[in-house]
Amino acid sequence: MKNIVPKRASKEYEQAFAELKQPLSNAAALADANRCLYCSDAPCIKACPTHIDIPTFIKKIATGNLKGSAKTILQSNWIALTCAKACPVAMLCEGSCVYIARGENPIQIGRLQRYAMDDYFAKGMLPLFTAAEPNGKSIGIIGGGPAGLACADELALLGYDVTIYEAKAKAGGLDTWGIAPYKMKQQDSLLEVALSKSLGVKIRTGECVGETVSIQFLMDQHAAIFIGVGLAAASKLNIPGETLAGVYDALAFIEKVTPRQWRSVDVGKRVAVIGGGNTAIDAATEAKRLGAEEVFMIYRRGKSEMPAYLFEQELAKSDGVQFHFQIMPARIIGKKHVEAVECMRTKPGEPDADGRRHPAPIPGSEFRIPVDMVIKSVGQNVEGTFFSQIPDLMIDDGMVVVNHDTLQTSNPMFFAGGDCINGGKEVVNAAHDGKKAAHGIDQWIRSTRQE
Amino acid sequence: MADLRTDCAGIKSPNPFWLASAPPTNSAYQVCKAFEAGWGGAVWKTIGEPVMNVCNRYGSVDYGGQKIAGLNNIELISDRPIEVNLREMAETKRLWPDRAVVASLMVEPKREAWHDIVKRAIDTGCDGLELNYGCPHGMSERGMGAAIGQVPEYCSMITGWVTEVSTIPVLVKLTPNITDIRYPGRAAKKGGAAGISLINTINTLMGVDLDTLELQPSVAGKGGHGGYAGPAVKPIALNMLSQVAMDPEIGLPISGMGGISTWRDAAEFILLGASSVQVCTAAMHYGFRIINDLTEGLSNWMDEKGFQTLGEVRGKSLHRISDFGNFNLLFKAVARIDESACIRCNLCHVACDDAAHQCIDLQPREVQRNGHAETIGQPVVREEDCVGCRLCYIVCPVENCISMIQLDDGKESVTWNELLKQLPQPVTWEALRAFQKKHGIEIH
Ligand SMILES: Cc1cc2nc3c(=O)[nH]c(=O)nc-3n(C[C@H](O)[C@H](O)[C@H](O)COP(=O)(O)OP(=O)(O)OC[C@H]3O[C@@H](n4cnc5c(N)ncnc54)[C@H](O)[C@@H]3O)c2cc1C
Ligand SMILES: Cc1cc2nc3c(=O)[nH]c(=O)nc-3n(C[C@H](O)[C@H](O)[C@H](O)COP(=O)(O)O)c2cc1C
Repeated sequence: MKNIVPKRASKEYEQAFAELKQPLSNAAALADANRCLYCSDAPCIKACPTHIDIPTFIKKIATGNLKGSAKTILQSNWIALTCAKACPVAMLCEGSCVYIARGENPIQIGRLQRYAMDDYFAKGMLPLFTAAEPNGKSIGIIGGGPAGLACADELALLGYDVTIYEAKAKAGGLDTWGIAPYKMKQQDSLLEVALSKSLGVKIRTGECVGETVSIQFLMDQHAAIFIGVGLAAASKLNIPGETLAGVYDALAFIEKVTPRQWRSVDVGKRVAVIGGGNTAIDAATEAKRLGAEEVFMIYRRGKSEMPAYLFEQELAKSDGVQFHFQIMPARIIGKKHVEAVECMRTKPGEPDADGRRHPAPIPGSEFRIPVDMVIKSVGQNVEGTFFSQIPDLMIDDGMVVVNHDTLQTSNPMFFAGGDCINGGKEVVNAAHDGKKAAHGIDQWIRSTRQE
Repeated sequence: MADLRTDCAGIKSPNPFWLASAPPTNSAYQVCKAFEAGWGGAVWKTIGEPVMNVCNRYGSVDYGGQKIAGLNNIELISDRPIEVNLREMAETKRLWPDRAVVASLMVEPKREAWHDIVKRAIDTGCDGLELNYGCPHGMSERGMGAAIGQVPEYCSMITGWVTEVSTIPVLVKLTPNITDIRYPGRAAKKGGAAGISLINTINTLMGVDLDTLELQPSVAGKGGHGGYAGPAVKPIALNMLSQVAMDPEIGLPISGMGGISTWRDAAEFILLGASSVQVCTAAMHYGFRIINDLTEGLSNWMDEKGFQTLGEVRGKSLHRISDFGNFNLLFKAVARIDESACIRCNLCHVACDDAAHQCIDLQPREVQRNGHAETIGQPVVREEDCVGCRLCYIVCPVENCISMIQLDDGKESVTWNELLKQLPQPVTWEALRAFQKKHGIEIH
C-alpha cells in the first residue's frame, strides 16, 4: 500500500479506541438498578432473543447480590459479557423498556448486565451451576464462536463430554476477532472462552474441520455434532483490480485491529469502504480511528436502504466518515498499488424476486475517487466446500436448513446455529441458538437411546 | 404574598421554620449562617450536664438508592463548654433580634440544678426555653432525657421547677418512645409549660454490617440503640402531633417536628396543628440553603389556596381525623386504569393478584412496540370484584394512570358505630351479611 498513515503513540490509539460505553460506577449502577420498575411479564425479557430475566438480575444488583445477578443472566445467555457490550440494545431490550412509554430514558440494561458480569469475571468465575452427572456421551462442536460456545456450555451442564474444534488459534469467533474494539476488548470474549473451559469444555484450537481433521473423524468420535461455523470470507466484487496491493477484505482488516496491536496495522490516508452493512461501517470507523484522513463509504443503494443500524451510521458520521449513496465500483485502478476506485452512479432497477429493486449502473456516469486503500464488505456466505463434506446436509440460499425448534439439520446427527443458519445476525442470536441446539441435541440423544 | 409570621407559645419568628436542637444549631457560626439564609428561629443544641461524645455517631437507612430515608444518632447533648454555648447564644440573639432563639436544656433531676441553668439561659436574652425530655440514649441512662419524658410525674415535676423561675415561655419537648403521647403532654401542661415540642428521636437499632457483623454505626466494634429521625419518622410524628393537638386536656401550642424535609411536609404539620415547625435531618443532609424553598414553597401554596396567615392554616385538617368507627361503610370506590396512560409494567396486576383481591386481569391487546406489532396483556380492573383497597393505585409508577373512582352517590352513610346500634349484640356474621346484602355489597 502507498501513502500509509504514519504511526502514532500507542496511547493515542488507546484513546481513539476507548470503550464508547464506559462501565457504570457502583453508585450509578445502584441508581439505575433502583430505578428499574421491576415490571411483571416485562417487555424487555420478551425483546431479548435469549429472554434473560432482566428485572430480576437488575433487582439483584440493587440488593448487592451480584453473584445471583450473574447467575440469572448466565442461566439464559452464556455469552453475557459480549452481549452486554455489543448487543444493539436500542433495538432490543432497552428499546422496549416501559420508561420509553413514559417519555423517559430506558434503564441501561446493557451496562447493568456488564456491571454484573464484570464482577463475576473479576471474582474468578465462581461456579454457579451444578452440572448433571457425566452421561458418557460425547458431542463435537465445529466452530468456537458464540453459537458453539453457548452450545458447549449448556451441554456440559447437561452432563455431556464436549469438544470444540476451532480453526483459529483463539476461540470466540467474531466476538474475539470481529467486534469493534471501541465496543469491547478481545479479552472480554476470551473470558467467555475461559468460562467454557471452567465448565469442562475441551477446546481444540488450530483445528479446521474438513482440513486438519475430517468430518468422518468427528462422526466417529461423537454422538452428535453442532455446526457453528458462522459465515465464510467475503464475497468477491468481481471487478478488475481486486488483487491490487491495498485492497482488503473487511473482516481481514478488522481481524488485524481487534488484537489492539495498533502500530502493526497499516491504513491508507484515503480509504474507500465498499458496502453498506454493519461490518462495512465498522471497518470505516476503525480505519478513521486508526488515523485515515478521509474515509468514503460507497453504497450502491439509497440512504434509507442502507442495512447498517442507524446508530452505527451516526457513529461513523460523527467520526468524519463520508457517505456516498447510489454509486457502485466499476473497477479499482492502479499499477501495483491502489490509486483510485472508478465508480458509476446507479438508479433503482427492476424489482428482484424479494421485491427489492436492484441498483442499475447509469451508463456514462463513471468518475474516480482517488484512494490508497479499498476495504470490501459486500456480505459473507456459508462455506460451500465445507458443507459439501457433510452427508445429506441441506443448504438453502446460503444458509443451513434447520428445524427451528430443535435446530436439527437434515442430517439428524448434525445440529446448527448462529450466523450459518440465519445468514448473519447478532451475537445474541448465536448465543440463543447454541443453547437451543444443546437442548435439541439432548432431546434427540435421549430419545434415540430409548429406542 | 402570604404572611408567614408565627407566634408559638409567645415565641415569635418571621417564619415558622426553626432549626431543631441538634448539630445544625451547635454554634453561633452555624445559627448566624442559618439566620442569614433565612431561617425563622433556632433551638440551640441542648446544653446542660458535662458530657463527651463518641466517633461514628450517625447511622442511615438508605432506601432504593436514596440516601438518608432515616437518620439515627447516638449523639448526646452539646459537649462544648457550657460557658461558650451561653456566650454564643447571647451574641447570636443580639445580632438577630427578630429571630427566635430558644435554649434547649437538660440537667440532672435536681431542683437547684434546673433553677441554675434556667437563669443562666434566660440571661442570654433568648426568647424561650425548650426542655429536652426526649433524648433516648446516653442521657436517659443517667436519669435525664427520655427517662423523664417517659414518666409523666417526673415530667410535670421538673417542668414545675422550670416554670417557677422562668420569665420566658417554656416548651417541653416530648419523646415519642412512649405508648400514649398524651400523658406526658398533659403532665407538661400541669407543670405550667407554655407549649409542646414534638417529636424527639425514636428508639432504633440501625442494622448490622454484613461484612464485619458489627452494628452500624460502630464505635470501635460496639454499637447500640440510638434515636431515629428524618423522612421515615414523619407519619409517626404526624400521628403524635394530631393526638396532642386534639387532646382537650392539653390545649397548648405545638412546635412540630420529625421528618420535615420540604414545605409540603411543613404544611401538613401546620394543617394538623403545629404553630412552628422544626427541622434537623434535612438541614444535616442538604444544608441551610433549603430554607429558600421551604418558605417560598409554603408561601406559594398558601397564596394558591387563598390562605393569608398561618393562623388560617393551623389545624385546618384536624377535624377530619376520626376513629374507624365513624367511617362510612357504604363509601364505595374502585380502581380504574387509564389505558392511554398505562405503560404496561403490570405492577398493579401482580400486586393485585398476589397480595390483594385478584381483580386486575391482563386482557390481550395488539400494540406497536419498538417498531413492530405485539400482543400484550393490558391490565384492566374487574370492577365488580374490586374491593377498593388502593394497592394498585399505590404501586402504579405513572401519574394519573390509576384512579380511585367513587361509585356510591355519597348520600347514604352508615358507620360501624351506627351499625352497632342497629344490629343485635353481639354482632353475628349472619347479621352483617344481611346488612351487606341490603346495600349490594358482596365480599367473597
Ligand atoms: C465485523 C463484525 C462486527 C460485528 N459486530 C457485532 C456487534 O457489535 N454486535 C453483535 O451482536 N453482533 C456483531 N456481529 C455479528 C456477530 O459477530 C455474529 O452474529 C456472531 O459472531 C455469530 O456467531 P457464530 O458463532 O455463528 O459465528 P462466528 O462468530 O463467526 O464463529 C464461527 C467460528 O467457527 C470457526 N470455524 C469456521 N469454520 C470452521 C471449521 N471448518 N472448523 C473449525 N472451526 C471453524 C471460526 O474460526 C469461528 O471461530 C458482527 C459481525 C462482524 C462480521
Ligand atoms: C444528630 C442529632 C442530634 C440531636 N440532638 C438533639 C439534642 O441535643 N437535643 C434535642 O432536643 N434533640 C436532638 N435531636 C432531635 C432533633 O432535634 C429532632 O427532634 C429530630 O431529629 C426530629 O427531626 P428531624 O426529622 O427533622 O431530624 C437530635 C437529632 C439528631 C439527628
